[in-house]
Amino acid sequence: MAASPLVPALAQFRVEVSGVGLTQLPIALAPFKGQDASPQKISAIVQADLERSGQFRGVDASGQALDEASRPDLTLWRQRTADSLVVGSVTKLADGRFDVRFRLWDVVRGQDLGGQSYTVPQADLRLASHRIADYVYEKLTGEKGIFSTRIAYVTKGGSRYSLWVADADGENAQAALASPEPIISPVWSSNGSQLAYVSFESRKPVVYVHNVASGQRRLLANFRGSNSAPAWAPDGNSLAVTLSRDGGSQLYTIAASGGEPRRLTQSSSIDTEPTYSADGSTIYFVSDRGGAPQIYKMGANGGSPTRVTFSGSYNISPSVSGDGRWLAYISRVGGAFKLHVMELATGNVTAITDTTADENPSFAPNSKLIVYATQLGGREALMTTTLDGKIKARLAGQAGDIREPDWGPFQKQ
Amino acid sequence: MLKRTIYSLAIVALIAGCSSGTKLNDTPVVDRSGGAGQGSSGAASGVAPVTIDPNAATAQGPVGVARIVYFDYDSYTLKPEYQSLIDGHARFLKANPQRRISIEGHTDERGGREYNLALGQKRSEAVRRALNLLGISDNQVEAVSFGKEKPAVSGSGESVWAQNRRAEITYR
Repeated sequence: MAASPLVPALAQFRVEVSGVGLTQLPIALAPFKGQDASPQKISAIVQADLERSGQFRGVDASGQALDEASRPDLTLWRQRTADSLVVGSVTKLADGRFDVRFRLWDVVRGQDLGGQSYTVPQADLRLASHRIADYVYEKLTGEKGIFSTRIAYVTKGGSRYSLWVADADGENAQAALASPEPIISPVWSSNGSQLAYVSFESRKPVVYVHNVASGQRRLLANFRGSNSAPAWAPDGNSLAVTLSRDGGSQLYTIAASGGEPRRLTQSSSIDTEPTYSADGSTIYFVSDRGGAPQIYKMGANGGSPTRVTFSGSYNISPSVSGDGRWLAYISRVGGAFKLHVMELATGNVTAITDTTADENPSFAPNSKLIVYATQLGGREALMTTTLDGKIKARLAGQAGDIREPDWGPFQKQ
Repeated sequence: MLKRTIYSLAIVALIAGCSSGTKLNDTPVVDRSGGAGQGSSGAASGVAPVTIDPNAATAQGPVGVARIVYFDYDSYTLKPEYQSLIDGHARFLKANPQRRISIEGHTDERGGREYNLALGQKRSEAVRRALNLLGISDNQVEAVSFGKEKPAVSGSGESVWAQNRRAEITYR
């Protein structure tokens, strides 16, 4: 942002961890040197990121700031029961940018686990912090971190609908689109530069593709009838969409550059909510061809579908994890709509929430967390959860109802 | 308690002071700032906002003919009681072949947004087919859906839901 406010990001979201993990790595985030003069408290952002993953527990790191240039006394940090320690510095440069540096220490083994530096404008201080969290997460768990990724979601405040892009912790929300008519179903392209979504601004649902950095948007599908449920093919060259132009809601693919759609399903029933497997070979979708909505899969070029969900009479909104192991979806259970996770190899299904109006799950790109919409205290809210449902964090907004989350891909570094 | 805090702060300060001269040569700090993308302002996380102006105009249809058809839960069957409404619009469209309508299907709030969009489409297409049967061609009629996005009445409960499960005829 050109005119960066001194007050960092409207604190639109708050994280409340409401579960206990089984094994959590104790980690200390010492205050970064120079942090008191920085608009963002780097160490606090990194600590909140790591705790939200469910795999870390922050230990008391109060005291003097420690930077990356000197070897800390690790005996002291062992006494504080930390297994790991992050130290660093943030320095404002003459050109107004900030130099952020950090180093990760294995306190138990007394080992230097390396560090990085970033030179960033003020608006990217949070991004730099999330990259530090990603580094620490990957070094200590062996899995890629998702803290520097972004989430898209929609808010409704009065009769105003807004499409937002926020950091994965829900902070730093920036409006990509504001409209007096509903916006639904935003989905990130696999390179994280574009969002496809459904807008009702022309008094009917049409699908747009929107370049987030430039604000340029173009109509992708505006055919007779309704146009909805966009899903990017992983290669980014085409999208699957639901169109009613030939009567009924049916699945089509359409080139990302637009043009004539190609029909994928031929049924007299509802076929909608397509989503690709990460390898692009399979499309999961919802169909009521069996009399009630269930999740099916088929080849990415169409063909004969196989049913995937069997219990319950209303299973919708499929999302497949990037590692291909898990299917998240919403199932109606006794009038309640609940987030379920299926292990695809075994077909084992677990309901992982206590809420009753869950919607629209979306996997983090490392397949370890799911973001979803639900209702809490009569308001729409976004939650993240681990796949076992044990660690949940609320991304709580102040202004209006929050819905339709989509977790973006890993960011290029 | 306060004393102890001060004491431990002093220790930290002391230790930090002692060790500040040690140089780290084994693992260099790697500069990773080169990969930042181009937002609208050079910030990698930049997002350019777009705003849509509100403008919606609906034209007059036949006088004295209702424009809303209601449906049962999970149903897209057009009830017989709406036949006279359909007849009225069919007569008007025949007499005014230059006029166009949009039939907007809606659902109640229960369930997913996209699946409800498809259900609403079923409802609007049920009305469209009823008009087709009376000789109105699809050139004059577009069936679309708003799913659960535009409830006529806000709130929950069967009386509210019943008013939201509907198809609305709008003249253009």
